[in-house]
Amino acid sequence: MKLVVVTAGLTQPSATRLLADRLTEAVTRRVAEEADVHVVELRELAVDIAHHFVTGFPNARLRAAIEEVTAADGLIAVTPIFSGSYSGLFKSFFDVIDNTALAGKPVLVAATGGTPRHSLALEHALRPLFAYLRAVVVPTAVYAAAEDWGGGGDAFTDGLGERIARAAEELAALLRDRKPGNEADRRPGEETDRRPGDEAGERLVPFEEQLAALRPAR
Amino acid sequence: MVTKVQFGIFSVGDVTTDPTTGRTPTEHERIKAMVAIALKAEEVGLDVFATGEHHNPPFVPSSPTTMLGYIAARTERLVLSTATTLITTSDPVKIAEDFAMLQHLADGRVDLMLGRGNTGPVYPWFGQDIRQGIPLAIENYALLHRLWREDVVDWEGRFRTPLQGFTSTPRPLDGVPPFVWHGSIRSPEIAEQAAYYGDGFFANNIFWPKEHFMRLISLYRQRYAHYGHGTPEQAIVGLGGQVFMRKNSQDAVREFRPYFDNAPVYGHGPSLEEFTEQTPLTVGSPQQVIDRTLEFREYFGDYQRQLFLMDHAGLPLKTVLEQLDLLGEEVVPVLRKEFAKDRPAEVPDAPTHATRLATATATATENENANA
Repeated sequence: MKLVVVTAGLTQPSATRLLADRLTEAVTRRVAEEADVHVVELRELAVDIAHHFVTGFPNARLRAAIEEVTAADGLIAVTPIFSGSYSGLFKSFFDVIDNTALAGKPVLVAATGGTPRHSLALEHALRPLFAYLRAVVVPTAVYAAAEDWGGGGDAFTDGLGERIARAAEELAALLRDRKPGNEADRRPGEETDRRPGDEAGERLVPFEEQLAALRPAR
Repeated sequence: MVTKVQFGIFSVGDVTTDPTTGRTPTEHERIKAMVAIALKAEEVGLDVFATGEHHNPPFVPSSPTTMLGYIAARTERLVLSTATTLITTSDPVKIAEDFAMLQHLADGRVDLMLGRGNTGPVYPWFGQDIRQGIPLAIENYALLHRLWREDVVDWEGRFRTPLQGFTSTPRPLDGVPPFVWHGSIRSPEIAEQAAYYGDGFFANNIFWPKEHFMRLISLYRQRYAHYGHGTPEQAIVGLGGQVFMRKNSQDAVREFRPYFDNAPVYGHGPSLEEFTEQTPLTVGSPQQVIDRTLEFREYFGDYQRQLFLMDHAGLPLKTVLEQLDLLGEEVVPVLRKEFAKDRPAEVPDAPTHATRLATATATATENENANA
């Protein structure tokens, strides 16, 4: 089982990475099989991502990260909240990934911020982003404000530890139920039968079909 | 003269400020510079000059057959082509007429490369929609293909008014339509289209890593064979290239760097060193350009046409002409010799009007004999 963690923290050490690590630990503890965990630190890819925007292609290092995410069985995505939303770097990474790469993939979203007032950015910014990418986002999104690292819950909210546990259990349940070769593991548009161009790694519609589709209706 | 591999240049026709002087050429200067570059191409022994087609600033070549007709009158051997002719937004009837006319004026020294164009706003200026880019390319070419091969055409499609008993004039020179290349950067559909018709496929590989184009060309070759035009190795492949040379490679890097750093397509991104490592761009000595270009054959197989982009990013005309001297005198003669080595006999030479006329005549004779 391959679990990939995308973290957009900028400082070293970073609260975002710390949250990512706690979520990762909580998830791997809950899945029976050995988890192959790969962490993608977007800070290290910041310039590569910018170059991709300019040139239109990923360099080798960025391509490797994109391939990791695309091949993951499950994804944990954590960003700091900047100006009321995900960081630009976080969004940029998902902008350069193929928009079908995450389809059907279980995703846990989480964020860090200075104030708890920005916690709904998870619901209003991250969740729609991953909905567009047709990922399966677990119901609990985890927000860690500065004060959460020290405090527990209160009358209205679970503490950070409980929320991490709940979100991790939701992702782990999806990963445990994953069947090899099920719909979620298959890229959309992919068919089981062979199509022309498979050998060359390209998929296409045979030309006669393309021509026929354009014939005027009688 | 039989040319196994054609070497030439293609121009985007951009009007770009020279970053080293801050000077921007006028449209008039740029148009005249393109003509001077084409004439120089013939002078230094290159085979092909191809112009882009654009309908928005900062590009000048909106009317390729006008420019190519003028160049045709001032050259003797040069093959005149395009990179690319917009099959999506141009009426296929007008393309059929314009290029047949050019073919007559240039005594057959004409072919063309079809492409879709990539700028959304251009489409509605010509009554089209970029979301229909691929269907437009397919339908328009299906019509163009018939207009050059059938004297009287009845036609009905989705994107233009129907034709009843229409004859495109003039008819192609000697009844042989201009050879068509299909240019693509990313679309397997276009490789499939080129394969279906047995036309050429030009992969403009200059801005991206080679792995992507190896897949695309491999697909084209397999599908070319699938449609019965020959073996995969016999498919007609063209490639782009982008070079800047000086005798001394450090001089080339020093002189080209400001143009690279400010280039409209890739400037302000990766460094020159990163980009040359990841794409076919070569900045260095003529020998480095030779070595790099020879690698293309290993990656993509024996091919028929190599076009270089030489005159973009604000390089002054004088520099471009010096580059063409180097290309023609020091690079291409070596490439011609090396590309001919171990080239299997069944790999076709670059298609020209003469080779296509010979094939058409042979086929006609065969058919007559079969009917007799």
